Parts: sequence; C-alpha cells; structure tokens
Amino acid sequence: MIVRVSGEGQFRLPDEDAGRLNELDNRAVGAVEQGDEIGFRELWSQMLELVASDGNALDDDELVESDVILPPRDVTFQEAKGEFTGDGLIPD
Amino acid sequence: MPGLGGRMSTVIKAKISRMLDRTEDPGETLDYGYQKQLEMLQNVKKGIADVVTAKKRLQMQSGKLEQQVVKLDTQARQALAQGNDPLARTALERKTLAQTELQTLDVQVKELEGQQEQLTANEQKLRQKIEQFRTKKEVIKAQYSAAEAQVRIGEAASGVGEEMADLGLAMQRAEDKTEQMRARAGAVEELEAAGTFDDITQLGGGEDDIDRQLKELTSGAQVDDELAKMKAELGQGGGDSPALEQGKENA
Repeated sequence: MIVRVSGEGQFRLPDEDAGRLNELDNRAVGAVEQGDEIGFRELWSQMLELVASDGNALDDDELVESDVILPPRDVTFQEAKGEFTGDGLIPD
Repeated sequence: MPGLGGRMSTVIKAKISRMLDRTEDPGETLDYGYQKQLEMLQNVKKGIADVVTAKKRLQMQSGKLEQQVVKLDTQARQALAQGNDPLARTALERKTLAQTELQTLDVQVKELEGQQEQLTANEQKLRQKIEQFRTKKEVIKAQYSAAEAQVRIGEAASGVGEEMADLGLAMQRAEDKTEQMRARAGAVEELEAAGTFDDITQLGGGEDDIDRQLKELTSGAQVDDELAKMKAELGQGGGDSPALEQGKENA
C-alpha cells in the first residue's frame, strides 16, 4: 500500500496497515463531525505515527499513484473540516 | 479504500484523466503531458518567488519598526529628563505597541522561511519526477503498441500528476498564508500612516484619538514598570538633560 503524506512524499506500507489506517480515519471523521479538536489531533498524530513507524519512503524515480493521500502534517482543524467530511483539500 | 484517500485521489484522478483525454494518439498525449508538467514547474517557481517577495516586505517593515522602537525609547528618556511624565508615558505606550508588532512580524518571517524551504525541496523532487517521466515517455513511444502505451502512460502520468497536485496544494497553502500576512502588514502600515509610531514631539498638547486607542491597546502595568525603571536610571545618571529634538524626522 502506497501512502502519501501531503508535502512530505510517498511511503510504502504493508497492506495489513490499511485496516488500521482506515479505522483511524473513520474515527477522525467522527471527531471532526462532533467538533472535537483534541480528539482529532490525537487520532491524526496516531495516523502519522503509523506511517512513520511502518512506512519506507519511495525513491524519487518511482512514478506511482498513492492508494491513500493524507493531508499535510500541520493541517488545521478548519482545513480538516473540509478534508475529513468529503470536500477534499484540493478543490476541483 | 473509502474515506480519506478515496476522497482526495478521486479529484486528482479526474484531473489527470481530463488531461490525458485531450488527444487520441499516445505519443501526442505524452508530449502534451510533459508540456503541462513543465508549465506547472514554472508556476511553482513563480509561487516561490512570491513567498520570497512577501518575506522581504515583512523584513523591511520589521527593520522600520526596530528604528521606531529605538527612537521612541530615546524620546521617552528625553521627556523624563525634562520632567515631562505624560509625554514619556505616551512614548513608552507607543514603544510597547511597536514591540508587540515587531514580535509578530518576526514570527511570520520565520514561518515564511519554513514554507520557502519546503516548497524549494518539493520543487526539486517534482523536477526529478518530471525528468523520469521524460525518459519513460521516450521508452513508451519507441517500444509499445498504442493500446499498451495508453496503460503505461496512465501509470506514469498519474504518479507525476499526483506529485504536481500535491505541490499545487502546498503552493495554495503558502499563498493563503502570505495573503493573511499581507493583510496584517497592511494593518500595521495603516497604524503608521495614522501616526501611531510617529515622533511624539509632533504631538500637540492634548490627548488625541490615537492616544486613547493606545491606552486601550497597551498594558498599563508594563508601561508603568518601564517608566519607573527609566526614572531610576536617569536619577543615577546625573543632571544633564538633553533637549527634545523638536520636529526632527528620520523616516
């Protein structure tokens, strides 16, 4: 599984991590919907930690698409409201 | 995977497929894609230049405020030496405000520096990816049938496209930040234009509107402390009291 952390590049993670990452993501969406910033921050740092502990950075000459794109590390709660509820950080 | 990754990559994929749908011939699509990538790289360079310009402007403003702080401090001392406490207080209130603005500006300059470094690093990475794409493009054109080439173009272009979209996002965020700072810098300039940091010797006798606003903005306790400290210093310093430099402006 290829995961991109926006602004930091792509990482290869074992496929088994997909379930864990998705679970964290779903809980983060829940936290954002309830306006729970502290809860969101905690879940968000867990997601980043998972990528840091299990992921290996891709070489620059690998031209592949990511399976998952995470927002920038310093995503604000305001941005998260758009990102974690469906609009996406990149407007069409 | 549904959720986060799905949401964002769908948007990016849609953008890339629109780009690739422009032409029927894979070779043309490849050249077109490569052209688009080079254009994007140019935009990135312009964006970085904008960040540098914004940073320089803030640094200039910071330099001006530093001069005002020194000037207002000197004037407070001169006013005190002449026994003019109210004028000294006004100068110190203005100095406090200028110092607060100065600290905010310095934080902003540091933030912009961080963004500039990250954008520059990402630009290097994108440049390498585009170079890889150029190499792959020639291989695909030379070696593959049209149908096969379509598939491989899609793969390679998606990889580069994602990198471009990501850098585009970083640029957008940097621009938003710069815009916020510009607004704040504009507000400081308005204060300057209104005479907030001006030479206090230009003031008339009475309290003006700026002074009333300043009293609300600056911490009275901080000004009191500084006034007391200055008095103590002057008390030890002996009796020579330089005259106020009437009307001297060093803009």
